[in-house]
Amino acid sequence: MLFFSNNTSRACALPYLVAFCLVIGSAPAQAETSVSVPASAHMGGALRLTGQSSGGTLDPQVAYMALTKQLELPVYDTLLSYPKFSGAGAVPVVANLVEAIPLPEDGGLTYRFTLRQGIHFSNGQVLGVDDVAASFRRLFKVGSPTAGPYYSHIIGAEACLKKPETCTLDGGIETNAATRSIVFHLSTPDPEFLAHLAWVHSTILPADTPAHDMGNTAPPGTGPYRITGYDPTRYILLERNPYFQEWSHATQPAGYPDTLHMTFGLDQEAEVTAVENGQFDWMYEDVPLDRLGEVGSRYPQQVQIYTQLLYYYAALNTTLPPFNSLKVRQALNYAVNRHAMVIYHGGPAIALPLCQLLPKGSPGYEPSCAYTKGASPEHPADQWRAPDLAKARQLVQESGTAGQKITLVAPLDGRYGAMALELRSTLAQLGYDATVRSMTQAVQFPYIQNSDNHVQLALTGWQADYPSADSFLHTLYSCDSIHPHSDNSLNVSAFCQQDIEQLMHQATTRAITDPAGSLQLWAGVDRALMAQAPSVPLVQIRRVTLLSKRVRNVIVTLNDEILLSQLQIQ
Amino acid sequence: MTAKPLSVGPWQQAWRALLRNPSALVALAVLAFMVLASLLAPVYAHHIAKVDPFTSNVAGSILVNGQAVDIMQPNDNPLHLGLSPIGPTGHAAYLLGADSQGRDVAARLLYGGRNSLLISASAAVICLVLAAIAGIAAGFFGGLVDSILSRMMDIMWAVPVYLFAISLSIVTVSQGLHIGPFVIEADNLLIPIVIIALVYVPYAARPIRGRVLALRQAEFVTASRCLGVPQWRIVLYDILPNVMTTLVVMGPLLMALALLAESALSFLSIGVQAPAASWGTIIQDGEGLIYTRPMVAIAPGLAIVIVVLALNILGDGLRDALDVRDAARRSS
Repeated sequence: MLFFSNNTSRACALPYLVAFCLVIGSAPAQAETSVSVPASAHMGGALRLTGQSSGGTLDPQVAYMALTKQLELPVYDTLLSYPKFSGAGAVPVVANLVEAIPLPEDGGLTYRFTLRQGIHFSNGQVLGVDDVAASFRRLFKVGSPTAGPYYSHIIGAEACLKKPETCTLDGGIETNAATRSIVFHLSTPDPEFLAHLAWVHSTILPADTPAHDMGNTAPPGTGPYRITGYDPTRYILLERNPYFQEWSHATQPAGYPDTLHMTFGLDQEAEVTAVENGQFDWMYEDVPLDRLGEVGSRYPQQVQIYTQLLYYYAALNTTLPPFNSLKVRQALNYAVNRHAMVIYHGGPAIALPLCQLLPKGSPGYEPSCAYTKGASPEHPADQWRAPDLAKARQLVQESGTAGQKITLVAPLDGRYGAMALELRSTLAQLGYDATVRSMTQAVQFPYIQNSDNHVQLALTGWQADYPSADSFLHTLYSCDSIHPHSDNSLNVSAFCQQDIEQLMHQATTRAITDPAGSLQLWAGVDRALMAQAPSVPLVQIRRVTLLSKRVRNVIVTLNDEILLSQLQIQ
Repeated sequence: MTAKPLSVGPWQQAWRALLRNPSALVALAVLAFMVLASLLAPVYAHHIAKVDPFTSNVAGSILVNGQAVDIMQPNDNPLHLGLSPIGPTGHAAYLLGADSQGRDVAARLLYGGRNSLLISASAAVICLVLAAIAGIAAGFFGGLVDSILSRMMDIMWAVPVYLFAISLSIVTVSQGLHIGPFVIEADNLLIPIVIIALVYVPYAARPIRGRVLALRQAEFVTASRCLGVPQWRIVLYDILPNVMTTLVVMGPLLMALALLAESALSFLSIGVQAPAASWGTIIQDGEGLIYTRPMVAIAPGLAIVIVVLALNILGDGLRDALDVRDAARRSS
């Protein structure tokens, strides 16, 4: 899960999607408009970017901020990558630093790659297989946040996690400099292994990169740019990598601007004004709600709207009253006004009502809404229509829990407050004595995960690091994700049901041999989970961002958002 | 036979002096109006505007000139981006428009006034009581008692008042207040009242201590001591009546400070807790609407300015009315 640095309603992580990407030129922003013809080349110029604050460390194997990831996309490379183009040929993961994507061998225990030739780091060093092996050892040594969750299947990873400083990954990675081959050996099959090789923390760095967080110093990368200046309180500067030669336009295209200069310090309102006035070319943060009307009417040509696999939901603690009752959980799902939630996020052009646990666009997504007027878990509707308060009240009455106290723990920031008050109103309408406890998002997220805090109801958001059903359903609702007394227990609902656990296991293992069949199983898991209503999905949102008049060739992918290196300056 | 003029007590004298001060009278009238309007909030909300100021109503609509109008209105732009709450209608319902939750701002303004005024008045009273106890004890008993109390006040004084209040609020708002078997929930108004009262105690206690130090040397106190009057009687009957004027003059000024502190804490979401309203929370609600619906933030801001101004003028009037030297100067 990747953290955003801003305090808008965006949640905690960044999605990586697959076959979905937009190329939008100077045409007015229309939702999901796909234009396959690239804009005419226009090299050179300085791209001026603005953001509220920096993302902290520049170390690509340590940083877990969406801003850093977006800025470092044209600086660093992973063995595999998500495509930087649109159209039918886009596939989930494509070969980047390696020549091709292999088929898994030994039942998913072995993956063989061949490293591309002639790639240089920005310090002039030639990329070799030793750099690859060292980089995987390094991600354990520097304590990469996803070392455990994403790379623990590699043989030797267990020892590396226990004693990072002596990590060797013996038996886990085999390399041969003469043939440029890299072989990964896994202890157990990992259906998501290829996706993990495209994840930013497996960035390939020179073998001699120090095995500690590099902080404000950027290690050399292989992308078209290098970071030449950084002051976390003021700016970051990217200049061309003199050693870069494009090896695959699909995965790491050469950039258009000569420099990318991002200034930190403006708030969202000031950012909008600055971009409107042409002082900056792009703002990292979303356009704030009160400026949407203004930018929509005065600068429609400069607005970009694009889908994210980000949604907001209310996690119901299935171990505490009253939500240990299925009827109460279902009642809240029926009662909640998702139309209101859409309004809080700026209306239907920006938000979609959501009543399932896989967001629209996610692998395995099949439209289904069990909790809306005229629907039920047995007979779900295709989409949400309206709240069914009568049914909800009847369920609450049957549960005998009316009048109980419920505390909703919500982040203090931005739109969460409005959603929390809406939920409180809904609970009051159902007869509960509901109160909202607000705290800053950085405090609230670990707080709601810890079972010691006895949180009954928590408002939060989720955006997976990369698009997969597993990263939504298994991560948030599996028995494995429950860690009592820990701040790192992503199954906030503490939901654990063995039959659904079995279904998840089947879907996961099927992915190695039959990806399409696996997705169907995940859709079934989604429906089965919603029948048990461990949470109340509320709304899925899209990003609204603003660019200056002089910017062209805006390419947006659902994996990587706006490709900054591909922006052209008129 | 001529009528013997009735002797007038100091309080009555002060009241008459106050009545001769037009500025103070206007301030008093403004305050009375604000208090009355706030007290009538339920009447306005339920019988005139017919709205629920505490329930979100973004998906609702109201009748304006016989036509149903959505409370959240789509912005007129080709991308259909964003919605804005309805602006001032000029009708009883949504007189000042709606906030981002679709609630009637005018009704919330009145309810907010109840909480803001209640908190500030209660905090001022509690603060004065605590300050009087601390100031009199320190000034009258002196020695170790004075040293301990004065150093405690110095420590509290050394911390910036808002920083102190914010620190206390963050702790209590996130956890509630647990005192032995008693639990005060985070949304209880007692929490901001007590916090604001506490942070201003040093500011009120110091001048009281100074006054008591002077009174302790007064002849009537020395006389009482020589007559063997118990200390508690001296404090109650000789000291307290003489510091009462100081306390009364401080009252409105402290209430003004408390109102500002309450608004600041509520603006930061660590004062009055949602869905309850105070003028600070309404300003916070309006922060995100400052470009499109500025009235949401301006209306409670104006209310705060008016009340604080009125309290300060009233405080000045009370000082003039109760100040003996000033009265002597006026009579000469």
